[in-house]
Amino acid sequence: MSSDQNILVKLKDAGFQINDKWLVRGVSLQVEKGKIVTLIGPNGSGKSTTAKIALGIYKKIDGSVEKYTEKIGYVPQKISIDWTLPLRVNDFMVLTENLNEKTINDALSLTGVSHLKDKNLGDLSGGEFQRVLLARAISKKPDLLVLDEPVQGVDFTGEIALYELIKKISDELNCGILLISHDLHTVMSATDHVVCLNGHVCCSGSPMDVAKNNEYKALFGEQASQILSRYEHRHDHIHTSEGEIKKN
Amino acid sequence: MFDDFFIRALIAGIGVAIVTGPLGCFVIWRRLSYFGDTLSHSALLGVTLAYSMEFNIALSVFIISSLIALTLIQLQKRTNLPGDALLGLLAHSSLAVGLVVIGFLSFIRFDIMGLLFGDILAVTVDDLLIIWIGGALILLILRLIWKPLFASTVNYELAEAEGLNPDRAKAIFTILMAAIIAISIKMVGLLLITGMLIIPAAMARNISSSPQKMVMYSIIGGLLSVILGLFSSLEFNTASGPSIIAASLFLFILSLLNIKQSIKLKN
Repeated sequence: MSSDQNILVKLKDAGFQINDKWLVRGVSLQVEKGKIVTLIGPNGSGKSTTAKIALGIYKKIDGSVEKYTEKIGYVPQKISIDWTLPLRVNDFMVLTENLNEKTINDALSLTGVSHLKDKNLGDLSGGEFQRVLLARAISKKPDLLVLDEPVQGVDFTGEIALYELIKKISDELNCGILLISHDLHTVMSATDHVVCLNGHVCCSGSPMDVAKNNEYKALFGEQASQILSRYEHRHDHIHTSEGEIKKN
Repeated sequence: MFDDFFIRALIAGIGVAIVTGPLGCFVIWRRLSYFGDTLSHSALLGVTLAYSMEFNIALSVFIISSLIALTLIQLQKRTNLPGDALLGLLAHSSLAVGLVVIGFLSFIRFDIMGLLFGDILAVTVDDLLIIWIGGALILLILRLIWKPLFASTVNYELAEAEGLNPDRAKAIFTILMAAIIAISIKMVGLLLITGMLIIPAAMARNISSSPQKMVMYSIIGGLLSVILGLFSSLEFNTASGPSIIAASLFLFILSLLNIKQSIKLKN
């Protein structure tokens, strides 16, 4: 279905434990160029841990992880910035890579926060900060984007717009995206592959396949399953009305 | 107009201040002021060993401080003691061992006050070379590791995830800390080196809005402190270290006025 050249990161039977307690184990997945892989699962199911294994933040892991790119953009789930640091949005944008003025401005306006460029990071609201985090991650035009609940705290309309943006970025940059989200509604329309975690891989496949899976139903309930299937339907509809052709 | 020793002290102090400015910012950002204390206390041991083996003081202090830093990292990995307890343990035991060694070296005359609080009379031309060449090297290396060090100071995982190797930057920074202590010990004295690192940087934090500005103001604050401190040291015949630190405290207090104003503006 896809050639090996397109693979950006590949986890094989990967697991991670702290103090003899497994946070997650036996995860196999791969992210390819232009594809969005979404991790779903209840709290504590190992979604963020899986992302950190893929990123190489956790090093003493079980199994293996192979990374085929160094151009990575990361939006962590939790980030605490110390206010002993005087840091403006502009300083934060060039944290890991030097970017020119235009690239910074473009990224900030894509996520709708260009007016905050000279503001102190500590003065931003949660949602504004989240938009800046996303802008920073996409500004370096990465091959691989790892987004750990990228729209938390963002208002409802903003949320939809940002997910659309994420989908657009994936298409335009042809980058692979590893996405973690709780929001089954919005996410699924764009996802190519879903991995449902609960300490291990419960089930995985296309959003449709996962929705039908009994383990998934047991984990999220019948309603969630309906959300997924319904979304799959609406997704097709959006396709035709916009007249866009997207491979799925 | 001034005696040679004073000119030498001034040149030495300026060299030290240029380097402690940016390093001090990282000490504040990374919350390392007690780490700095521990390294500088261990410097006494370095000095006594240098005397007893007729070895270069700066080099000896650099080696001992680096060893202490490495020991600390190992102890942190292998014990369950909290970081501050380990810092205290290393600081006081190395200070104590240093003082005991001094006791054995009764045949050498030690200027303990000079060691603890700095002595501008003691700065030689060789010291100037060590300060300026060593200082330039420290700044060069800091420039090279700035990106990973700064990024991991803001957020370790971001730096690690995006391929910046923050662990290596941290290890190199630790060595730079040992180096700055080694080259500034004669000027400021081992009890007050951390003050030279953190007070100008703290002053700078109060008046700056970006990391680059904070580094710049920290250097300027250090330079002003050295100049003010050395002149008053000459005028009132006080030890150079305390005079410089007192001057930097004065600047810090001035910077507080700025904070009050900006808080007023916000309201």
